[in-house]
This record gives sequence, structure tokens and C-alpha cells, in this order.
Amino acid sequence: MKKRILALIMAATMVFGLTACGGAAEEASSDKGGLIKVGIINNDPNESGYRTANDKDMKEMFTEANGYEASFAYSLKNDEQITAAQKFIQDGVDYLLLSAADTAGWDSVLKDAQAEGIKVILFDRTIDADPSLYEASIVSDMDKEGQTAVDWLKGQNLGEYKIIHLQGVMGSAAQQGRSGALDAAVASDGWTLVTQQTAEWNAEKAQQIVQSVIDSGESFNVIYAENDDMAKGAVAALDKANISHGVGKDVVVMGFDCNKWALEELLNQNWNYDGQCNPFQASYINDIIKKLEAGETLSEKTIIMDEKGFDASTITQEDVDKYGI
Amino acid sequence: MKEKAVLEMRNIHKSFPGVRALQGVDFTLCEGEIHALMGENGAGKSTLIKVLTGVYTKDEGEIFIKGKEKAVIIRSPQDAQKLGISTVYQEITLCPNLSVAENMYIGRTSSVYQNWKKMNEDADQILKSLDIPASATQQLASCSIAVQQMVAIARAVDMDCKVLILDEPTSSLDEQEVAKLFKLMRDLKERGVGIIFVTHFLDQVYEVCDKITVLRDGRLVGEYEIKDLPRVQLVSKMLGKDLDDMSDIKSEQSAYDKEDASASVFEAEGLVSNAGIKPFDFYIKKGEVNGFTGLLGSGRSECVRAIFGADRVTGGTVKKDGKTIKITKPLDAMRNGIAYLPEDRKIDGIVGDLSVRENIVLALQVLQGFFKPISKADAYKFADEYIKLLGIKTASADTPIKSLSGGNQQKVILARWLLTHPEYLILDEPTRGIDVGTKIDIQKLVLKLASEGMSITFISSETDEMLRTCSRLVVMRDRKVVGELSGEELTQNMIMSTIAGGDNNAE
Amino acid sequence: MQNKEMKSLSESVMKLFRKQIFIPIAALLVLAVFNLITDPSFFKITLGYNSVGDPVLSGYLMTILDYGSELAILAIGMTLVTAATGGQDISVGAGIAIAGSVVLRVLCGTDSRPETLQAPIIVAFLISCVVAMLFGAFNGALVAYFKIQPMVATLILFTAGRSIAAWINNNELPIISDPTFSYFGGFIPGIPVPTPFFIAVACMVIIALVLKFTTLGLYTQSVGINESSSRLNGLNPAFIKFITFVILGLCVAVAGLIKVSRLSSINYSVIAKDIEMDAILAVALGGNALSGGKFNMTASILGAYVIQFLTTTLYKFNVQSDALSAYKAVVVIVLVVLSTPVVREFLSGLGKKIKAMIHVKEVG
Repeated sequence: MKKRILALIMAATMVFGLTACGGAAEEASSDKGGLIKVGIINNDPNESGYRTANDKDMKEMFTEANGYEASFAYSLKNDEQITAAQKFIQDGVDYLLLSAADTAGWDSVLKDAQAEGIKVILFDRTIDADPSLYEASIVSDMDKEGQTAVDWLKGQNLGEYKIIHLQGVMGSAAQQGRSGALDAAVASDGWTLVTQQTAEWNAEKAQQIVQSVIDSGESFNVIYAENDDMAKGAVAALDKANISHGVGKDVVVMGFDCNKWALEELLNQNWNYDGQCNPFQASYINDIIKKLEAGETLSEKTIIMDEKGFDASTITQEDVDKYGI
Repeated sequence: MKEKAVLEMRNIHKSFPGVRALQGVDFTLCEGEIHALMGENGAGKSTLIKVLTGVYTKDEGEIFIKGKEKAVIIRSPQDAQKLGISTVYQEITLCPNLSVAENMYIGRTSSVYQNWKKMNEDADQILKSLDIPASATQQLASCSIAVQQMVAIARAVDMDCKVLILDEPTSSLDEQEVAKLFKLMRDLKERGVGIIFVTHFLDQVYEVCDKITVLRDGRLVGEYEIKDLPRVQLVSKMLGKDLDDMSDIKSEQSAYDKEDASASVFEAEGLVSNAGIKPFDFYIKKGEVNGFTGLLGSGRSECVRAIFGADRVTGGTVKKDGKTIKITKPLDAMRNGIAYLPEDRKIDGIVGDLSVRENIVLALQVLQGFFKPISKADAYKFADEYIKLLGIKTASADTPIKSLSGGNQQKVILARWLLTHPEYLILDEPTRGIDVGTKIDIQKLVLKLASEGMSITFISSETDEMLRTCSRLVVMRDRKVVGELSGEELTQNMIMSTIAGGDNNAE
Repeated sequence: MQNKEMKSLSESVMKLFRKQIFIPIAALLVLAVFNLITDPSFFKITLGYNSVGDPVLSGYLMTILDYGSELAILAIGMTLVTAATGGQDISVGAGIAIAGSVVLRVLCGTDSRPETLQAPIIVAFLISCVVAMLFGAFNGALVAYFKIQPMVATLILFTAGRSIAAWINNNELPIISDPTFSYFGGFIPGIPVPTPFFIAVACMVIIALVLKFTTLGLYTQSVGINESSSRLNGLNPAFIKFITFVILGLCVAVAGLIKVSRLSSINYSVIAKDIEMDAILAVALGGNALSGGKFNMTASILGAYVIQFLTTTLYKFNVQSDALSAYKAVVVIVLVVLSTPVVREFLSGLGKKIKAMIHVKEVG
């Protein structure tokens, strides 16, 4: 009995140790004069290519050379993020930069921050809290991303629209924005949805869903995948069944996020469209901090980033290098 | 119903697929009587008990309980309990991590509220009145097995029971504990409780019981007053044949006994394991049957486990034919021709879900190695051979061993080891909890094997069995070897006195 | 005469009822009949050509054989682990991420998008086997020697595995352009049956041979049923438990190769997501006790294909894929209920009644 308990404790500590490694803040070095202290709370960079690019961008911007002393904390869980925020508040950071895992539950900790005179800037994701609790929020407009893509699709003037719609994890902001625009167009323009399924951002699931449609013998000519991974899975299924895809071929392939490899597919004319979801918020944040430090006031709280959509017929190698993540 | 009867079962029938477990059995229990229910394994004792306690529903027959006009219907153990029928099983069915009092009162009130103070006081009173050495607040696990058993009885008694069933209560108790239990049983008898006592120990039956009911093959053989039924007759009634086998055994004593000159096959010096025994020396000769004797917990099993490498050996040397060998795990021992039939069949012996065939070939298979599986055909051949040789009662070689009776399970384990053709066979309590017929079979087999040159160590709680089979006895007390008896010294008295301390010799 | 036939039929049905393999076969039949009724074209298989011009068979059945492969392979290892330890490995999904990541890392070298393969595929595969078996050994050691419950022990890799997988490739996203690499998850030119199916069959043949020509089956079952008694029969229970985890590691490596080959790439956070639950479900569907002991390998493998059958059927009916797990949960509940003694008794009682009815008819 004793042995077993001991073993359990050991296992538990190991598990905790591991999560701690992943979730805990990387310690900031001791105070250095003149530097702006920022605490950055982000999602796990392994989550997606988008997040990896985002994290890299932040790390490149908030360096000592640029006048910052930055501490980072990563977690996909809201409660761990809140704990990290509390720690940053205790550490006395000047700015708290936050990409929240969940929209709810941030009120009290942000009030604490406000009481300590810490300024909060949200990036990438908004939260359900009183806007007075944060200085600015830098976000992508997912609705706009979806609208841009759907407008492009309308512009293709296909004879008929028979669409396989691969959705992201249901309820996520990206899914809602990108699905919303398509649903509206389907309703107004009489497009056909051959299938509308969530593949949960997962290439394998997307492949199976498209495979299932192919097996059923139904015809389709558009794949509207809400991220690049799912588009890739769909294309793998198409290749297997000898269904041509890309510019001037049978099926139009659309993806989102502008992964570098996805843009290369566009360049090779294998896909038709990729919508950007801009992960590079660091320069926006930098501008805001500079303004606040200079005592200026911000003209607006919510800042929407510029985002493009790329068409395979016009994309260039330069675009791939510049916008690929 | 008879005047003093508290329980009457009439013409009970119960069948299972393929088996007629009970065929028209009658059983009557009177107030203030201890009534032994005897029979070989498979005679129908447990089925009868289970019908009475509502575990099984009978196919036919009637059950009457004192105070009820009509025949009662018992569909579940709860029904039985409500009618005042309580059972204490061989395996303790209480919760070891609860206190004594909690165990006595658990599940007995329907109210959510529990007056802990009163419960403890009540429990203490009952324990005291029954002279049970335990306190109400003590954790059950901290009591000895015997006391746990008594607590189970106290629980049953306090539930206003008229009929108390004790199913093999003594099999894991030592003699003093048995004596205490018997005292408790007699106390209860004084109070008018009717007790049904199921046991394999004949001595105990004659010590404590008033009446005996004998079952055989699902039928009633008869009900007898204890004084009218001498032991030999009891056994012959249980077996259904006249019993001169007992005396036969003696004459089969091994021829090897006389060749004292032959050298030891296995020798151990200063052997000690982590199971808490003192270092001991040991030897066995070819064709010899020796035994370890001593009270329960004296270290008999631990000694043979050390020889077999079943516990971690921490010191000492073992020699085979004069050459030192290293035994650190059971496989080493097996490779050196040692076989060990463990004391606790259920925990250490059988592999319950596997078939009889797989159980028989297991040890031989392990010896042959991972890459040389025994073919199915061979396995069937071996299994069938030993099923026949040892008279194992099983539907087929593919039957899971757990569905066999205890005695037949034991025979399967024995077959497993015989199949490896060991030079030295250790039998730790091979006859515990099995019927008389099988006991004799096993004793005979031991002597036969010895006469063919196998060395055997035979351990049994029943001294007369040891006396019948062993030519040399190692006596143990308090985890230490305290003496060795052979030849003329092999008498019940000598064993007792050696166990007790040896001073009795002077008397 | 007819009655007699019916009687013998009902008897053989009764026999099948009691057989363990009855459960997955029945599940398979139910699904097949359901599809046959709703849409017989479900069973249509057509020969076509893929984009490279090689012949391929397609249709729902091929899809099931194709995508069920990884699960069938994992079910083999999971069955052994379950039998010997009475617990399950929940880190196989993370293990696949690691194994797949290793394959890609070896093939790509330092460049995440190489023009040519930097190492032969077989080398990459063998290295990933070694790595996966090492991780299996890690799990096995925790379970066998430190006596940690399997679920808890494998929780460690479950949590950390995908991060390790990402770390192996420096968090980059390798993509293999060499078409030969896609053979393992696709088609070998000229052979119209998907390769994963062949790999799965190869694994089944190997495990069948292993079970026939070694005593692995007897030993794992024996240890799973009664560890103490197994030890006294000369077995080393800890080592046997350990080795089952290593074997599962090997299965994970094979499944990992197929998974990364399907897309010639990897997504660390979602590759083989939740596959551990499906693998455990396959073992349960095969009628094997999750508490260990006796097992039936064929039933487990069949169970794996039943799960894929179910998944494919649900996709066909446009069931939202995030609702799939809910349907699987229903299957689990039905299974668990069906295997309880109460229902079993009821079913056999029903069988008896039918028999009696036939008997009465005969007499009448």
C-alpha cells in the first residue's frame, strides 16, 4: 500500500513538473535601468504554425536592444494563464501583454493590474471584460477574413458552386468568422454545400471527410477549408481519387493562415486561394507602448490588423517570403 | 415442524446446467445446537448453504423458520438476514479499513443519522459479553484473523439471528484461536442460537458439534447424533465406501527410508530470506519424505519458500548433489529440479481464467522457454494423461480452472509440477480445504512418488497426516527450527512437546 | 425436419453467443446491415486511377480498410498491454507524434523542406522504431518496476509527448516531397489496394506467428490473471509487463510511419489525436476484459475495424465529426451493458425459451 502511494506521489510530481516546465514563466533577469518591463502571456507556440510565428515575432521585438525586458509565459489553459498574470503583477511589470486562452474570467486579475498601475494590451484575442481594464486590443477581424475569401470566390464566376466546407473547432473565433461569411453567401447566392463538417483544424479528419464525399460519388468543385492543414488533408484525398485541383482545374482549393508551405502550393498552382491571418502583432504593440510612454492617448481601443488574401494566379515568390509563416 | 427446531428444510432440489447439485435434501436444525454439515467437495454443502442464504433460489422444496406459520421464501441474502439467518464465510467479508464497531453496524440502519457514541458503546458491550478481545474503535485490520472472524460472528449475533452459519471458519486459524472460537460458539449455543458448522477438520467436528448431517453427491446420507457415529464411520459415509485405505497408507511406506546411507540430494546451510525466518540448515535425501511442522505462523512455509526462491534469499548456501547452486528466483529452483506447490492455492497456485490444460503445462512451458511453445496436441496429451492419472474431475481440459472444486484445483497444480518431473517436490499444505477422499489420494501419491525416488517435503496442519507420510519431521517454533524428529520419535506427543518447548520430555 | 434444422441452428447461434468474438462480429453485422438498408452503394468498390495515373480501388469499404489500419496495428499492442497489466497506455497518440517526428527528422536532416531524402526511408523507420520502443520501455519501466498504474504512468508521455515531438524537429514543419515516401500511407504504383492495409496485414501475420511460435500469449495472460502464481511458476511478471509496452512501442512506430506518410508531413498537436481512446475501445469491443487476463487478438483487430466502420458510416451520414465521440460513447455504453452478467443471463434465458418453443412445436 505504502509503495503504491509513494509511486503515485512520484508520478504526480513528475506530471506536475512537466506541466510546470511548459506553463511556468521564464524568469526575468533582475531589474535593469531604463528598460520597459513587459510580461507576455501567450498560448503554447506548439499549438499551430500561426502561434509559432506569433511567438517568434514577439520574441524578436521585445529584446533589450529594443529597450524591453520581457518575460514570457505560455499555456493553453486559462487558469494557468491567470496564475502567470498574477505573478507578473507581483513582479511589477510595466505592461502586461495578453493573448487569452479563454474569453472569460479575467476581470479580477485585470483589476489587480490596474490597481498596481500596470497597463494591459490584448493581442490576437479579445476577452469579455470592461474595456476600461485594458489599453488596447490588437486583433484580426475573422469576419473580414471570411468575407475577403468569399468575395474572391464569388469573383471566380464558377458556373455552379458545390462546396465542401471544412470547419475549424466549432465555436472558435476563426471558425465563426470564416464560416459566417460562407454561410451568408450560400444563403444569398444559392450555392450548394455538399458537406459542412468540422475537421477540428485536423488534416487527417479533413482527409477522411473529403474521402467520404468522394466515396459517395457526389460531385463538388470547391473546397473551402478554414485552415491550411485541413486544405492539405483534403488535397491528399483528391490526389488519391485523381481529382484535379488548382488553377484551371476541376476543384478550387481554398485555405487560411498563409503558412509558407501553403503559399508555395499556391505558387505551384495546386491551390487557388489562401487567406491571411496576421500573426505579426508585435510591431503594433511596440507602436502603442511607444505612444503611451510618450504620454499620448490612443485614438481607438481596438486595432484591426491589415490582412490580405492571396490568389494563385497573382502570387509571387516575394509574397511567399514576406507573408509565409 | 418439530418442537425445538428453528429451521427445517424439506426436499430441497437445485440444478445447474449439467449438474444436479441437490436432490431432495432434508435438513433440520434445533435451538441451541451445533450441527455439522459434512460431505466431500461437490457433495452439495455449499449449494445447500447458498439456497438457505438466498444466494441461489431453490428449484423445489420448502424452508420453515421458527415463528413463521408458512414456508418462507428467501430470494436474496437480505431476505435471509431479515429471517434471522446469518452467515460467516471462510474469507472475511468485512471492511478491514473500518473500525470494529463500524463493521458491526454498517448497512443496518436505514436512517442517515448515526449516533457514533452510542454505536461504539453498544459494540463494546456486545464484544465484552461475547468475550471477544477487541475494542469498538479499533481498526479491523489491526485485529488477528481469528478476532476478525469473531467480529463477523458478533455482527451476525447482534442482528438477532436464530440460525448462524459458519462456513469453514477455522481454516486460517491456529489452535488457540480455534479454541477461542469454539468457546464463543458454545456461548452462543447456550443462548439458544442454532449453529450450522461447515468444516473439513474431523477433530473439530467431534470437539464441538452435537449432530452431523452427511451429504453425498447432492443427496442426504443421514442425520446422526455425534455419539452414534465414530470417525471411521463418518468418513466412510462421506466417501460412500468402507475405509481401510487409511491403514493401507502405512504399509506403503517408502523403501528408500531404510537406505540411510544415501547422500543428500539437496542441502542448505544458514539459509535465510527476507520473510523473517531465522537462518536454518536443511537437507533431503533421495526418495525421502520429510516435513516441516509447527503452529501456524511458525515459519514452515517461509522455510520452503526460501528453498524455492519464492521469497528473496538474503543469505546461506544451497547445494545439489554436493555442488553449490544459486537460487535467487523460482526459475532457478525449477531448473534445478525443485517444484513447489504453494500454501495458498487461490493466490499463488491457480491461474483462474486459464483452462485446466494451460494450468497443467504452465510450469513445463516456462522451463522449456519462450521460443519453444508446447504444441496444442502435446498439451492436450499431457493434460489428459494427468487428468486421468490423478482423477481430476473436470468437464474437459478446456474448462477454466476456477470453475473446478478446491480439491480438483489442487490436483491440477500437482499435475503441473509432476509434469516437470522434479527431483524434489515441495508440497505446502496440499490437503488444506479439500475433501477426505482427495486428501488420501494425495498422501498415497506422495508415498508412491517417493518410492520411485523423488524427494518430497510435505507440510500439513494436520499432524496425523504428517505422521502417516513423513519419515522425518523438522519442528519449528517462532520462525526458528527447534528440533528434528525421526523414526521412533515420530509420535503426536513428541511433536507437541517439541513444539511446546521440549521440557515435556522429562515427564 | 425443418424444426431440427432450426434447433441445430439455434444451438450454434447460442454457442456463438458465448464466444468472445461474437461481440465485434455482431457489431460489424449491425453496421453492415444498417448500411445495406439505407444505401447499398456503400458496398460499391470501383477501380480508378489516382492523380499520378496508378490504378486504385475506391469506395467506402476500401476507406475502412485503409483508415482502420493504424488502429488495428495499435490494437495489437494495446491488447497485450491490457492483458498483462490490466491497464491501458494512453500515450499512444503522443507516441505516434514522436515516432512520426523522428521519421521526418531523419529523412529531412537539417533542412525542413529537402529536395531529396537525406536518408533511406527504412533507416528513418528503424530509428523511429528504436525511439518509440524506448518510450514504450519508459512507460513499461514505470508500470512494471515502479508499480505505477498504467494510466497514471502513461499520463506523463500523454502530456509531454507532443512537445517532445515538436522539439525533435526544432518546432519546424518538415514536408517531404519525394513521392516514394507517400507510398506507405497511399498506394504503391501498380497495386490498387492501399498500402496501410498491407502493413496492417503484415503486422497481423507477425503477431499471429509470434503467438504461435512463442509463449507470449500464455505468459501475458498468466501474468494478467495471477501475477503471484505466475512468479512461482518461474515467470518474471515485471519483465513480461515491461516487454508488452515495448511491443506496443513498436506498433506505435509502424502506425506513426503510416500517419506521417499519408500527408508527407506532421502537425504535432493534432496528429493521431484521441487515437488512444479508439485503440482502447477496439480492445473493449473485442470483448476483452480491460482489467487484464485472457485476450482474443482476432477480436481486438476486428474491433478496430468496427470502429473505423462506424466512423466512416457516420461521416457518410454527415454526422458532425465533433459528435463522433458521442456516438462512440453510446457504443461503449451498449457494450458494457451487454457484457454484464445480468444481460448475459437474460440472453441465455431467452435462448432457452426459444429452444423450448421449438421443442413444443416439435411435440405438437
